[in-house]
Amino acid sequence: MDIAIKDGKIVEKVDEKKAEVVDASRMIVMPGGVDIHCHIAGAEVNSGRILRPEDHFKDVEAKTALTRSGVGYSIPSTFTTGYRYSRMGYTTVMNPSMPPLEARHTHEELDDTPMVDKATYPLLGDWWFVLEHLRDGLLEECAAHVAWMMSATKGYAIKIVNPGGLEAWGFGRNVKNLDDPVRYFNITPREILRGLCRVNKLLNMPHTIHVHTNNLGQPGNYLTTLETMKCVEDLAEEGHPAIHITHCQFSAFKGSDWGTMSSGAEEIAKYVNHHSHVTLDMGQVIFTDTTTMTADGPFQYGLYQLSGNKWVNHDVETETSAGIVPFRYKRKSAVHATQWSIALELALLIKDPWKIYMTTDHPNGGPFTAYPHIIAWLMSGVARKKTMSKISKRARRKSLLPSIARELGFYEIAIVTRAGQAKALGLKQKGHLGVGADADVAVYDINPELVDPSKKYKTARRAFKRAAYTIKGGEIVVKDGQIVRPVFGKTFWVDVKTSLPIEVNDDIKRKFREYWTVEYENYPIPDRFLHVPAPIPVKAEV
Amino acid sequence: MTVVTGVTCPVCGTFCDDIELVVKDNVITDVRNACAMGAAKFLNYSTHRNLRPLVRKNGELVEASIDEAVKRAAEILVDATYPILYGWSNTSCEAIRVGVELTEEVGGVIDNTSTVCHGPSVLSIQDVGIASCTLGQLRHRADLIFYWASNPWSAHPRHIERYTMFSEGRFQKSAWRGYLSRLGGIMSRKRLRRAANLVLRRDVFATPEVERRLPYSMFQKKRKMVVVDVRNTRTAEAADYFLQVEPNKDYELLQAFRMLIRDEELDVSEVAGVPVEILEEVADVMVGCELGILFFGVGLTMSEGKLRNVDAALNLTRDLNSHTKFLIMPMRGHFNVTGADVVFAWQTGYPYAIDFSHGYPRYNPGETSVIDILCRDEADASLIIASDPVAHFPQKAAQNLVKKPLIAIDPEVTPTTLMADVVFPSAFVGIEAHGTAYRMDHVPLPLKKIVEPPKTCLPDTEILQRILHKVRKLRREQN
Ligand code: SF4
Ligand SMILES: [Zn+2]
Repeated sequence: MDIAIKDGKIVEKVDEKKAEVVDASRMIVMPGGVDIHCHIAGAEVNSGRILRPEDHFKDVEAKTALTRSGVGYSIPSTFTTGYRYSRMGYTTVMNPSMPPLEARHTHEELDDTPMVDKATYPLLGDWWFVLEHLRDGLLEECAAHVAWMMSATKGYAIKIVNPGGLEAWGFGRNVKNLDDPVRYFNITPREILRGLCRVNKLLNMPHTIHVHTNNLGQPGNYLTTLETMKCVEDLAEEGHPAIHITHCQFSAFKGSDWGTMSSGAEEIAKYVNHHSHVTLDMGQVIFTDTTTMTADGPFQYGLYQLSGNKWVNHDVETETSAGIVPFRYKRKSAVHATQWSIALELALLIKDPWKIYMTTDHPNGGPFTAYPHIIAWLMSGVARKKTMSKISKRARRKSLLPSIARELGFYEIAIVTRAGQAKALGLKQKGHLGVGADADVAVYDINPELVDPSKKYKTARRAFKRAAYTIKGGEIVVKDGQIVRPVFGKTFWVDVKTSLPIEVNDDIKRKFREYWTVEYENYPIPDRFLHVPAPIPVKAEV
Repeated sequence: MTVVTGVTCPVCGTFCDDIELVVKDNVITDVRNACAMGAAKFLNYSTHRNLRPLVRKNGELVEASIDEAVKRAAEILVDATYPILYGWSNTSCEAIRVGVELTEEVGGVIDNTSTVCHGPSVLSIQDVGIASCTLGQLRHRADLIFYWASNPWSAHPRHIERYTMFSEGRFQKSAWRGYLSRLGGIMSRKRLRRAANLVLRRDVFATPEVERRLPYSMFQKKRKMVVVDVRNTRTAEAADYFLQVEPNKDYELLQAFRMLIRDEELDVSEVAGVPVEILEEVADVMVGCELGILFFGVGLTMSEGKLRNVDAALNLTRDLNSHTKFLIMPMRGHFNVTGADVVFAWQTGYPYAIDFSHGYPRYNPGETSVIDILCRDEADASLIIASDPVAHFPQKAAQNLVKKPLIAIDPEVTPTTLMADVVFPSAFVGIEAHGTAYRMDHVPLPLKKIVEPPKTCLPDTEILQRILHKVRKLRREQN
């Protein structure tokens, strides 16, 4: 079968005599990879880079005639990030955690991240405007403000991290569960989640709310996760997802403390298998030295106390917080090995690959460059067994993996690494190779008719590490795992048109001045600030 | 006449963004909201400036065209084997981005002024981390504010009013009133003292009893400010309490606080000149606050024991978080020194002192920092932007700097531009050119173009881009 490409799009056919031909026979052709959740740019990622020179020393990229130099490992510099994704056949990546006040920073970095299309999600779950409007039952006003924020920060989706907990963290506190009210604001996490879920629908956002649950990283939190999914059940339209639970592994712990911690994957998978309003991503843990970074200030503080490692905290006025702690996942640690197992259990026990996507929550579970390893574990029981034999005995005893025979095929891998992610994101022109799609294509040098990946998982791993070709917007940008043409990607943002946008009057300006330490007019980012802006117009219901 | 609002002030790290400028015929005629330092910049910026590019010929700096200067600069950089590109804290992030690319292209070393001010802070942060925030977080929540070895009243004049003591937040109110009454007290004490001196002909208040208790206001449930410094300053006068530390004893004091908040006994009667009773009370106030913040200045990073001092301060605030919320922030000086660190880091992984001579970024402050390179006399050319190392570097470093070909990009005439071989007079960023800069707390804000620069003064970004182009062209020709 031939795939015809013209002007950056997949088309019916082209003039074969004039066209450049890429021979992909005996290889796998997929749409370009799509990553729904990876921290690659912005204030917290960059503080991680500054914090950890030791992370970069041994993994460097020299300048070439075509590419910029940089450093790698768990928090690569921006250029290196773009090149490494592209070499693996990825063409679209989503940066999930942007403090709105520091949005300019995120976009400056995304502009310096070549090779891929990208977008970023503003953190809105603890924004005072949201808390106050939802508390007062002013749903439409809340929606108007969120719409304004998407445009002001050039954002793509509503990100919620530990709802209510980040505001509480402003004074060093946290919330305990979905019904624990936020001090001074008299609103519960449940109300925030439900409110923003409805706002999301009112605004017709392409993606659902993107949620990092309360109690993340705590034993017993799988119950919170179940509650979180349930709490928006009635808001979903039949067959349409209403919530994305991100890096679900970190929110799927059973047990009452670290000694009794075990997997809650079975319960979560069961729930997800019976409901159609949830999508998830894995948050796979890799046994390596990495850097954890989330907007979840209290979680990061807990991790610092647990590990004794260095700790960065960065609270952002009126909006959110952030924390960074370097972390090493050890095979021989029962907790870490259980985490490793949980993510795979989730991916294998959830029957529909369109519901769970492959991520490491880069760099929280490990760097994105480990994706080929995860693919091998997903495709091969042998690969899982091999790793299992090296992990903590206690974790091995408790792991559900030995009881799971399922092995994903190439088709399912294509879903969990691109098609499913694109669909969940509402990126209609990504994740498939139908006519009209963006000409983002990955070709992997492995013959699916001859190679059985469940046995030859190493061959598969090698193939996914270095794409034979990556085609971005119709141009061959990678050949045999090498960058052959540096390109800029686009930055998507959602341009929501509401019938009653917030009126910029003296009142709102005064309110801005009260809430933030910057002037109203210096807050929004103009479209021209982005290198290649790609607004997605959306008509809201309000 | 037009009024431009929401202008950011390209002077200090406070980076106020509420400045209003009155502009008439491409001239700024009035400045509102700025402090004296900021206003002076907007009104007088163009009094001492070069208008044309200069190139040194037969020992004399003579006027040249921009193209000529670009060519000469590119030749210098291409001929050099180990050039340094230094400055960057007073220009836009857009210019810094080109700067890193240029350094990579010529295989040189790029460094910013962190190297001479908060470099030790960065190294300490890389050791232990840092618990910090944006400034508005403090305006809304901080009820205990420490300025340690920094004097914002003179160096960051609007810091206290915009972000800390005298700012009005959601959960914390401005402490302006308390200050006024205290000020009244200070004034009347000064008056009394003057009168007493006149009448009694001796200095009655010369040797006051060392106080063994904190003033009453330190125990009130309201916003409080403590200044720790080796000498009395305007900021100290405005504080609820001034803790005078003996010179070079900051480390001892910080460690004493760490012990006290861990409930350990100190078996001495004073530390760094301060009675232990006082320290105990201050430690109690720290532990009991809702949210505390410790701002530290160059006084801490550049006094004896640099690294150790900052380490101790970072550890102190980190420890305090097991009792309450306590944050810490360096008082960065130049308006975009934070931006320089930030851009360096996202492009190379490291915040300053980055060496590209191996083709990839290498970082080893002490070896790859410009002062050390200059002291070892290893650099064979340099490009200095928006900075004046000839005046501010240690003598030996400055001497070695001017010995070799020197390119200067600066809107102003400085000792460095006078010694340079190629001088580019640039547009003042934030007044004559736009861009982005980062406030001391990492909040990015736009720099605005208010008036047109003189035709011969290009923005830094453009000058650097032209040099980069020319460098690439020359190198292609050589191959
Ligand atoms: S405090 Fe600093 S930034 Fe603010 S007006 Fe004064 S000089 Fe400018
Ligand atoms: Zn994440």
